Formats: sequence, structure tokens, C-alpha cells
Amino acid sequence: MGLFDIFDISGSAMSAQSVRLNTTASNIANADSVASSEGETYKARHPVFQTVLNGIGVSGQNNAAKAGVSVAGIVESQAAPIARYQPQNPLADENGFVYAPNISVVEEMANMISASRSYQTNVQIASTAKQLLTKTLSLGQ
Amino acid sequence: MSISFNKALGVHEAALTLRSQRAEVLASNLANADTPNFKARDIDFSKALQQAQSSQSSGLQRTHARHLDSQIGAEIPGLSYRVPSQPDTGDGNSVDAQLEQAKFAENAMQYEASLRFLDGRFKGLMLAVRGE
Repeated sequence: MGLFDIFDISGSAMSAQSVRLNTTASNIANADSVASSEGETYKARHPVFQTVLNGIGVSGQNNAAKAGVSVAGIVESQAAPIARYQPQNPLADENGFVYAPNISVVEEMANMISASRSYQTNVQIASTAKQLLTKTLSLGQ
Repeated sequence: MSISFNKALGVHEAALTLRSQRAEVLASNLANADTPNFKARDIDFSKALQQAQSSQSSGLQRTHARHLDSQIGAEIPGLSYRVPSQPDTGDGNSVDAQLEQAKFAENAMQYEASLRFLDGRFKGLMLAVRGE
């Protein structure tokens, strides 16, 4: 029913955005984790969002008002690691190179702000729906 | 003239249902603001209300408990895709978060207005019943 479903919709979006915040946190935390080979280097992770539709109409078009969001999966970045010449590093390979993940911290920060704004929007939607429902419940009193 | 409880609430009952459905559609748009290939939708309110008032439901009525439920009646009248404000956003998403937020706030106010009207109707009925 109408307004009650908003909690499901906003809730699904909040959990998806928190996954996005989680991956961003991991990416920023590991921006400087070096490894001794390209294969062992940390790869930036990004979630892929997907719409969850409840009920597909007969005409083939989707007529359900309810469309939540879920995380379809998390993809690892294909960007090649950056080789740094640090022979004194204990993790350095025989040529003296360590491999740092190719993560742009600035990009991740922008991603974090975007995710937190989207999260805020959904919190606001849920609280508006709650206010409207409370008012509906006190109808006729 | 007798009081008809069926007619007492007038259009506001249907309006309230539509407003809550529209709130749901707009909340879905905002929830999917970052989903690739999601297309924003909205309910054409005047068209939907017209349809609700004429109560032409294309759905099949179940007259027996063992009849299959048809989904046709569950369709929301006037639900369609929004015309995007810019041609390409890069990921096929047509949600404009600011626009949707404004529409949601507007819809919430209109929902409250419908609530006020209904409240007034109820108060009037109570007055008539009590006769004080």
C-alpha cells in the first residue's frame, strides 16, 4: 500500500548507498597499500546498482509504482597498478619495484560525497512518508 | 435529505490514494537516482483522477475464491516515463534528483491538503450526527 512501501523503497536505497560508502572507504583506506607483484595489488571496488521491480504489468510495461534498488554485484577496477621504484621497501621485488593500486583518492572522495547526499535524500523521503502516515492516522480526531 | 456516507468523502478519497501512489513513484525515482539505465516515471495526476472518478476499472472482478487474480486492475492509471531534462547523462539514467525532490515535497503538501479536506468532511459529519 502506497506510503508504507516508501519505507521499503528508501530502505533499499539506503542499504545500497551504504554499500557504496563501504567500497569507497575500502578504496581510500587501501590507496597506499603496496604489494610485491601486480596480481597481489589491491583493486578498487565499485558497486553496480540495479532496479528491483515488484510486479510486471500484463501489457509488458512495468506498471508497478514500487521500484527499489539493490546491489547487483561489486566490480573490481581493471586499471593497471602503478609501479614505484622503492628498493629499500621490504615488499620490493627483485628489480626494486613495489606496486600501488591505481586509485584516484579525489575521485573516491567525490564518490563518497555523492553517496552520502543520496543517502540523505532517502532518509528525508522516509521521514516525510512517516510524517504523512502519522497525520493520516490521526484523521478525524 | 439523508446523509450518504458513500458520497460524503467526495473526490478526496481517490485523490489521497493517488497522492500516496505518486509519492511511491517519486520515492522510487529518488531511490534509483544512481542506478544505470533507470528511467524516471511520474503519474499524470489529472488523467489518473479522471479515470479514478469515472471508476472504469479494466480489471476482472473475482467472484469466486478460486478464481485467478488478474494483474490488470493493479495497473496505475496515468503512470508514464518522464521526459528527460538532458539528452544523455552517460549511464542511461534519466533521474534529475533536484526535480524529483521538489516534486516529492509538492506532492507531500498536496497529500496534506487532501487530508485537511477529508478531516473537514469528517468534522462536518460528526457535527451532523451529534446535532449539537
